[in-house]
Formats: sequence, structure tokens, C-alpha cells
Amino acid sequence: MEMKTKVLANDGEQHLLISRVFDLPLELLFKAYAEPDLVSQWMGTVVKKMDNRVHGSFEFETTDPKGNKMQFHGTIHTWVPDRQIVRTFEFVGMPFGVQLEQLDFSALPDGRSSLRIQSVFQSVAQRDQQLKLPFAFGLSMAHNRLEQILQPK
Amino acid sequence: MNTRRDVFQAIADPSRRAILLLLATVPSMTAGAIAANFDSARPTISKHLQILTACKLLNQQTSGREVHYQINATHMKQVADFIEPFRALWEQRFNKLESVMKKYKSR
Repeated sequence: MEMKTKVLANDGEQHLLISRVFDLPLELLFKAYAEPDLVSQWMGTVVKKMDNRVHGSFEFETTDPKGNKMQFHGTIHTWVPDRQIVRTFEFVGMPFGVQLEQLDFSALPDGRSSLRIQSVFQSVAQRDQQLKLPFAFGLSMAHNRLEQILQPK
Repeated sequence: MNTRRDVFQAIADPSRRAILLLLATVPSMTAGAIAANFDSARPTISKHLQILTACKLLNQQTSGREVHYQINATHMKQVADFIEPFRALWEQRFNKLESVMKKYKSR
């Protein structure tokens, strides 16, 4: 299967790039980022605050399957509908620091659209830590499944 | 030597994955501290550490009589499996965005 989402993280750099082509017109793609109700649906998070303007800010609260609450917040620096969002992003209480995110939205010829996210971390170590998290999580999932299988019935 | 294949063999073993998981959350650990997390005999864990080090998934540092191990993040990133869960997470999220917006459009 074709990989629609691409991630580029070069060694020793403190940023990463995420890019994706959507089978959606540009206006709908941007709307998915602009409307709290829609953000809530696709991110699977509670949107506690979302003030989409320069100097505005956002606050999300997500509950993991174990019931732990996780907070995310940031400040908006640039908000150009259908074009660009520049904002800070912080996973509260995690050692990843504050990220500077630049989201570039663009239209593609056949009614599709693309999104390119550049995320700059405060250090290479923090970026690597963030990249490692789903890997570690995946490992622990594999480990848990293994434990379930091996568990005497 | 086919290093790439070796790396995948290395992470195919559940004990070695568990060692990598353990080390993913700390800067470094001694062989003894790693072994203390497992029921397996110390020589078994040493063997796993040797394999992981040979595949460049771990770095070894000797200070005095203790050998410290840490994840070799540089090499791990070259292993598709390392970055793949992160990519898959975003793929999943964006697929959801696409389906939410397709429903929204047809409303």
C-alpha cells in the first residue's frame, strides 16, 4: 500500500517534517484545523480553547485508554486561512519542550490538497525523544500482547 | 554481512525488544541494572546485549568495572521500524481527518 503520510527526520537535526496529500479540497482540509468541533473529532481530543488569530491560543485535553488526562497547548503566531498556521505546541508535563510548528496548506490540481508540517524542537535530544515515544509505546503493546498470549488460562 | 537483516533479526526477539523499550526511557543503564528487570539468567541478558550492540542498536561505554548501555538513536532512526510507529500514528490521524471531512462535505 502507498504511504500517504511521509515523515522526514534527519540525524542530528532538531526538526522533523511531516507531509501528506489529502483527497479533499483545500478549503475542507483547512476547515479541519479551524473548527473546534472538527478538530475534536479527528484528533480525538477535547478542545478546551481555540482562538484562531494572531496572539490567540489553543488548549486540548486528551484522555488515554487508561483514563490519564494529557494536556496540550500553544500560542498562534500566524493564521492565514487556506494557507498557513504558525504556532507553538507543548505537551504539558512531558520532556519534549516547546515546539515551533509551521503548517503549510496548498491546493493540488485534481481537487486534492497537501499539508506540510515542520516541527522545530528546542534540541536534537528532545526531537529524538518525541520520535521514540510511539516506538516505545508500540514495543510495550507488543510486549503486552505477548504477555496475554503467554498467560496461563 | 547484511546489517539491515541483522537489525530486524535483533528486534524480532521479544527479550531484545523489551531491553530496547527499557532503554528508550532512560539515558543509560548498566548491564546489571538491565538484567535486574528480567527473570532470565544474567548470561542470557549479556548475550542479548552483545547482539544489540553488534547490530549498533546499542552503544556501550565502560566506566571502571561497569559497562553502561544506551540506545544508539542515530542508528535506530535508520531502521524503518523505529520511525514507522510515529509515521503510522500520523497516518491514522490524517486518515481520520479525511473521513471526518468527507462526511462533513456530504452533510
